[in-house]
Amino acid sequence: MNARQPAEPQIIVESLVKRFGSFVAVDNVSFRIGRGEIMGFLGPNGAGKSTIIRILCGLLRPTAGRALVAGIDVAEDPERVREHIGYMSQKFSLYRDLSVEENLRFFGGIYRVPQSELAERMRFAIDMAGLGGREKALVSTLAGGWQQRLALGCAVLHRPPILFLDEPTSGVEPRSRRRFWDLIHTLAATGVSVLVSTHYMDEAEYCHRAALINQGRLIAVGSPEELKHTALGGELLLLEIGNLGAALAALADAPDVLDCSVFGNALHVLVRDAERSFRELPGFLGQKGLRPSRLERIKPSLEDVFVQLIALDMAKRRAA
Amino acid sequence: MNETHRPIVEASGLTKRFDAVAAVDGLSFTVERGEIFGLVGPDGAGKTATMRMLAGVMQPDSGSIVIDGIDVMSDPEEGKQHISYMPQRFGLYEDLTVDENIRFYADLFEIPADIREQRATRLLAASGMSQFRSRLAGQLSGGMKQKLGLTCALVHTPRILLLDEPTTGVDPVSRRDFWRILYGLREEGVTILISTAYLDEAERCNRLALLHGGRVLYCDTPAALKQRMPGAIVVISSPAGREARTAIAGLDGVGNALLVGDGIHAVVDDAALRMPQLREALQRANIAFSQIALGEPSIEDVFVALLENGGRPQ
Repeated sequence: MNARQPAEPQIIVESLVKRFGSFVAVDNVSFRIGRGEIMGFLGPNGAGKSTIIRILCGLLRPTAGRALVAGIDVAEDPERVREHIGYMSQKFSLYRDLSVEENLRFFGGIYRVPQSELAERMRFAIDMAGLGGREKALVSTLAGGWQQRLALGCAVLHRPPILFLDEPTSGVEPRSRRRFWDLIHTLAATGVSVLVSTHYMDEAEYCHRAALINQGRLIAVGSPEELKHTALGGELLLLEIGNLGAALAALADAPDVLDCSVFGNALHVLVRDAERSFRELPGFLGQKGLRPSRLERIKPSLEDVFVQLIALDMAKRRAA
Repeated sequence: MNETHRPIVEASGLTKRFDAVAAVDGLSFTVERGEIFGLVGPDGAGKTATMRMLAGVMQPDSGSIVIDGIDVMSDPEEGKQHISYMPQRFGLYEDLTVDENIRFYADLFEIPADIREQRATRLLAASGMSQFRSRLAGQLSGGMKQKLGLTCALVHTPRILLLDEPTTGVDPVSRRDFWRILYGLREEGVTILISTAYLDEAERCNRLALLHGGRVLYCDTPAALKQRMPGAIVVISSPAGREARTAIAGLDGVGNALLVGDGIHAVVDDAALRMPQLREALQRANIAFSQIALGEPSIEDVFVALLENGGRPQ
């Protein structure tokens, strides 16, 4: 499959480094995000995701390398960068004791939306959030999905060409979540570039491309499909078997088994070559008195890919 | 019913109102001995209130809870002997070390020092935290805090473990570690009730109750739940997802289509019948696509489909 090559990059990051004392938080990271592209940023806590985003927002100076946001070098002109970006966090930084309208007016002031445009932008945000008729409602009385869409509306009041989203939809009712992502795709279709930082793997599925970050380094980047097809370094099998605990222990020494984890009443087994394992695994387990009731190939989830790539990266670092 | 076959947890008609809002609305389910049972649903579905009632720290307005043969409502203290409850904000003392926190909870449950030491050593090793025993709890990462909370909750070897959203905000690597520990506990015979807002986490449970608006939408194994998906999901891989969605909108037997990073996921009534029609519609509209394939429905797909089919709890 053809990866989207960002034709008109809105974000260009080249050999970016950020050190805090002797700690390397961002270690030589390079990537580009195109106009209208939705890019996911995945990584464990402390991987460096938020440090990179803070650099891109002009809140932190890079130690080395450079970052251009909407053509502006963040180290040279951090103030101007902020005029071109919108930011929405998981905590939806809304004022709960203010009304919908009051929140929008407040953020309009913060983002310096000209008075002449404010009414029209507020109308846009209210329509987008589906909050027509609820302009006077206190935010605290709105369900989570509405609050989330209002927060998105606040973040795009000043028409930023670049939008940062920090774990935007965790815990939100699924239909609201889908509606939210539909809005994000609509914004992207108008040319807005979106960077989503999350460790909620479902959210990564909505991104055009996802970048995986571990201990400050970019370890993989690609569309969700590409990552699932190529990044795992093996094939994933579903194994149903009576005694899960014993099977898990036995598989630790099985030939060509790279990893194994429990899912409900079954195991997910990562193997080098599925065809070979179909032939050899039943016999191997049989010798230990274990009889699989089902063994079949399954499509890996992004979470499978994520966990496996992190494990490989950690092993590589230990070996180095 | 034979006593040994009686479910270890029986919740029946549980209802809890806060002001006029029913947070939990006539909830009934049973949990079998030694299974991992999930209470799965978005924020506001009633997960936490249900957990609190099971733990005996909140009184239901009506309904009954029987845990291991004990009526928790008439005898809450007896129930608590067998239960360990880990609330969302587990009370770790951030200015105490890992070891000191464990000692505190062990003392609370009057666990002798030698047994405490034995369990703490084993549990910390299982969660990869042995080298952090003298670290202050406040300096642990989110995932490690959750693992320490679990260790504290397990120091009195309960028969039933109630975990309220233990993996919220925890990254996938730590989340997998956490589940590995849970499966280890299940092997030891501990029954686990876990709540989560991550619908994909439902796949890891033996059985689950899908909650919405304080009611059970569905209760069974994850595999059986997926079979309840009306119709099928067709995955269309296309760099022009929006255009593709427009091109197939309104076709017979084609329902909602979700835009994802690699294209769209469309709900159809009959995949074999509709896939050629989808292909034709895309070709007619001159939209590039690399493949049209049958997709595996996610728990979220089923959840949405159940809500859209009236959303009536069973």
